[in-house]
Amino acid sequence: MFSGFDFDVIGRSLPYLFREGMAFTLTLTGIAMSGGIVFGTLLAMMRLAKFPPLALAAGAYVNLMRSVPLLLVIFWFYFLVPWIGQWLIGATQPVRVGAFLSSAITFTMFEAAYYCEIMRAGIQSIARGQVSAGYALGLDYWQTMGQIVLPQAFRNMLPVLLTQTIILFQDTSLVYVISATDFLGAAAKIANRDGRLVEMYLFAAAIYFAISVAGSYGVKLMQQRLAVIR
Amino acid sequence: MNYSWNWSIFWQLSPEGQGTYFDTLLRGLGWTLATALIAWVIALAVGAIVGVLRTTPNSWAIRLGNAYVELFRNIPLLVQMFLWYFVLPELLPDAAGTWIKQLAQGSFWTAVVCLGFYTSARVAEQVRAGIQAMASGQRLAGTALGLTLPQTYRYVLLPMTFRIILPPLTSEFLNIIKNSSVALTIGLMELTARARSMQEFSFQVFEAFTAATLIYLAVNIVVVLAMRALERGVQVPGFIGAGGAQAEH
Repeated sequence: MFSGFDFDVIGRSLPYLFREGMAFTLTLTGIAMSGGIVFGTLLAMMRLAKFPPLALAAGAYVNLMRSVPLLLVIFWFYFLVPWIGQWLIGATQPVRVGAFLSSAITFTMFEAAYYCEIMRAGIQSIARGQVSAGYALGLDYWQTMGQIVLPQAFRNMLPVLLTQTIILFQDTSLVYVISATDFLGAAAKIANRDGRLVEMYLFAAAIYFAISVAGSYGVKLMQQRLAVIR
Repeated sequence: MNYSWNWSIFWQLSPEGQGTYFDTLLRGLGWTLATALIAWVIALAVGAIVGVLRTTPNSWAIRLGNAYVELFRNIPLLVQMFLWYFVLPELLPDAAGTWIKQLAQGSFWTAVVCLGFYTSARVAEQVRAGIQAMASGQRLAGTALGLTLPQTYRYVLLPMTFRIILPPLTSEFLNIIKNSSVALTIGLMELTARARSMQEFSFQVFEAFTAATLIYLAVNIVVVLAMRALERGVQVPGFIGAGGAQAEH
């Protein structure tokens, strides 16, 4: 079945695929995960705030991000970020923003909506009495959150946060549409240059599959460990 | 900001020769909905079968079902789209491959099949969680009444399962609508693709994307309201309230 195919193309392009492509994918995943969790946690705290405008604004943001396709969000930010940059630094022209910065901002903002919902569930899983106890001890809101609620919420939700990160890792392949050279983008470039679509796309699928399965397995192991400690 | 807004752009004729820009967006919405709806039929049918397989007493069926779900959940949708579109026709016997490549609306049917199978793995996960969320006595009662295993599923387990998992299925349905935008990479002119081409022709980036965003929001609201009505309609009195499945992962 595979006669007429040339799997050597994979060996020849390995350095490019991993040093350029996979490095882009993993850096983007890392940045979007850290930024997304920080921003998402802030959003979750806003959604649970007693001050209605704050809760409404955060809720609207999260629901908006969750109801439009990621591809549309990628296009939005790709065109919007240069204008916002211009407005921020007062330039006369929209600033030039590379594919990497644009996608880092996009994925951070987009994933924050999903991380927000996870952290919201996490915060709500902490017994109310703990918050009251914090206040009774004289701690203020930030101290109660930072030292009592969030560490526990974060730990309870760690497996879910990591599962979401595996989804994020797969979603980063969509930066293909703004011609970024992520892992899939690199594979696609070689595939089209050498006319080796079948070989390159099968290889890309296998690599994504292997990393995602390994990730899910790691999350499962961690879940068991966390369950024992608690 | 020196961006020149022009909201009347929607009523200008698009160079694609299919009426105004607004018409092209609506046509895109049509493709989005058609893709999502047909793919959803595949997803529900295949997902239900695979989900059931994973709860049968047969360990090989369970392994097969698990492998199926793992396969479709661990490869990015975009890569799956490329596999169906570029790779599959090359791996099939020549005649079949050529037939696929010459198919009218090839990218539409590819997108339907790809999204259908991709989503079926997620539906299977929900069906499995739904069946396992039910008291095990139900299955035993079914067998004790003399029903065969297929009958137990058909008359006892599945009718309740689908009611339990309606809320997560709603979000999967919303996902399939959103995910259909990925088909633009293989040339399907659905809503997001139309917004992008409108931006390319007219340079009115933000108007085009605002319109697409609003249309997606409207579709979302309609689906959520319709599914809520469906949930109320099929509710079994005194059995399950407005609760969701306890999804296990």
